[in-house]
Amino acid sequence: MGYETTPMNALLEVQDLHVAYGNVEALHGVSLRVNEGSIVTVIGPNGAGKTTLLAAIMGLLPVRGEISYAGASVARSSVEQRVATGLCLVPERRELFAAMSVADNLLLGAFQRYRAGDKSIARTRDEIYQRFPRLGERRTQLAGTLSGGERQMLALGRALMGKPRLLMLDEPSLGLAPLIVKEIFSIIATLKASGVSILLIEQNARAALKVSDSGYVLETGEVAIAGASAELGENPRVAATYLGQSVVAGPKGSPGLVRQ
Amino acid sequence: MAMDLSIATLLTQDGITNGAIYALLALALVLVFAVTRVIFVPAGEFVTYGTLTLAALQLGKPPGTVGLLSGLALVAGILELCSALRQREWRRLPKRLAFYVGAPLLIAGAVQLMAPLSLAFPVQIALTVGIVTALGPLLYRVAYQPLAEASVLVLLIVSVAVHFAMLGLGLWFFGAEGSRTPAFTNASLRLGDMTISGQSALVVFFSLVLIGVLYLFFDRTLYGKALRATALNRVGARLVGVSPTLAGSTTFTLAALLGAVSGVLIGPITTIYYDSGFLISLKGFVGAIIGGLASYPAAAAGSLLVGLLESFSSFWASAFKEVIVFTLIIPVLLWRSLTAHHHEEEE
Ligand SMILES: Nc1ncnc2c1ncn2[C@@H]1O[C@H](COP(=O)(O)OP(=O)(O)OP(=O)(O)O)[C@@H](O)[C@H]1O
Ligand SMILES: [Mg+2]
Repeated sequence: MGYETTPMNALLEVQDLHVAYGNVEALHGVSLRVNEGSIVTVIGPNGAGKTTLLAAIMGLLPVRGEISYAGASVARSSVEQRVATGLCLVPERRELFAAMSVADNLLLGAFQRYRAGDKSIARTRDEIYQRFPRLGERRTQLAGTLSGGERQMLALGRALMGKPRLLMLDEPSLGLAPLIVKEIFSIIATLKASGVSILLIEQNARAALKVSDSGYVLETGEVAIAGASAELGENPRVAATYLGQSVVAGPKGSPGLVRQ
Repeated sequence: MAMDLSIATLLTQDGITNGAIYALLALALVLVFAVTRVIFVPAGEFVTYGTLTLAALQLGKPPGTVGLLSGLALVAGILELCSALRQREWRRLPKRLAFYVGAPLLIAGAVQLMAPLSLAFPVQIALTVGIVTALGPLLYRVAYQPLAEASVLVLLIVSVAVHFAMLGLGLWFFGAEGSRTPAFTNASLRLGDMTISGQSALVVFFSLVLIGVLYLFFDRTLYGKALRATALNRVGARLVGVSPTLAGSTTFTLAALLGAVSGVLIGPITTIYYDSGFLISLKGFVGAIIGGLASYPAAAAGSLLVGLLESFSSFWASAFKEVIVFTLIIPVLLWRSLTAHHHEEEE
């Protein structure tokens, strides 16, 4: 496991995670690690179990295996308790409050902080309006009437209102215009600079690997390849399947290929 | 008997007065269903408990609800202990025990001790509303919270069971004879031919105030918004840290409050027996169904309609009053079910 040689603090450590929907197992023993302050990308084909992985880490699904976050096992904590410790998810379906205004959606994002007596919620909100001026212009509009791109921004903004320590993004660029996709990735980079760790799921593998420190390829519920992002980008199989490059297949055991 | 203006005024007044009470119950039903997906069948028992608790206090007797509240508090405490044991998580236990055991026992003790004193009417009302409202979160904790993820049908079955349990306990606590509480006021206002009774005006006034306060709660406060968020999107609400338990427990507190106030308001209008609640809440339910169990203004309008229908049909054919009310509802329901568009969780 070449890339794990750098001694860094693991913020999230998932070990041998199994998740089943009824009798059908969707994740078969996935292990993954996000170091404090780093960006980790998970790529993989449709139905590989990426969304399932995030839902399981968030506590939305019953799991078998170990999940430790910030040095402690979270196996027995509820979703709400995880949110309170700065674990925030932007889910694939966004799950906005459609009949409520943009401002209320954002405000609710800080619900746990409000309960804990945090006084800096208004400041976070202003920062988010600064970062997404579009949301500021539309603060009284109902979330259900926003355009697809605006909804993505709102979902991201709502998660940021929770002051995440580990932000999990499920395909944040889904269905966005190229300019906004760029914008999203630059936001991801600024978030990292401000100390937020990120677990990113993306179909846009090239851009994702570029901003991230390490990456995992998830296929049919298992980690097929893992490594530092730069290595993954050079991996011929990753390049061919996920980066859309036609590369001449190298000899078996090409450098950078790490099988688990 | 022919209808003249003064009779029509009287019937309208009665209809609006009852309609206002049904509107409170409809609000409780809509609220509970939207947030927890529970069909709140025992809403009517909160009404009868309200009236009968107040009637007991009038007689200087400690009401049976004291025992029920204490019993539920003990069961809830045991459940909390068990869940703390199972999850090996003790940090939150003291706060929960204070909420589920300490506070209810304090209220029950206060009512038990104060009952024999000759209390002022407003104090009796405050104690009544306090003790009946305190039953709400405990009922949620004991009967519904363990099944929060169950299907609507399972929750409905639980509700029916709770309804019968509370009915039986009502008979045990308050006996089979009915009670009526004194009018808040005997004043009335004459406007030409019409007489507006002060009692009716007060009922409508208190209903409007309560609805107004709840409106502000849902519109202005973060906790109110959190409940609406849970109703709109449960997963979304969990992801921002609104726990279904918190939402359910708050909702049941509000619903119990609405039931208790309805009971206090209806006490001077009709004689209430231990089993009168179901029919009363059924009318609130019909109002809520007219509003599609989702839109509150529509549910309130529906409740008013039910109140008026009931009062006018009691004039023309009093023996068939209930039949007429519930039969006339059928076309409305048919129309609703044909035009209903299902609110699917949107992408
Ligand atoms: N609620 C569910 N019940 C049953 N099976 C499910 C459920 N949710 C997901 N699955 C199955 O689990 C597998 C993994 O799904 P998941 O949504 O995690 O994939 P994904 O990697 O996120 O795919 P995509 O790239 O299309 O978003 C799929 O085979 C899917 O059909
Ligand atoms: Mg997915």
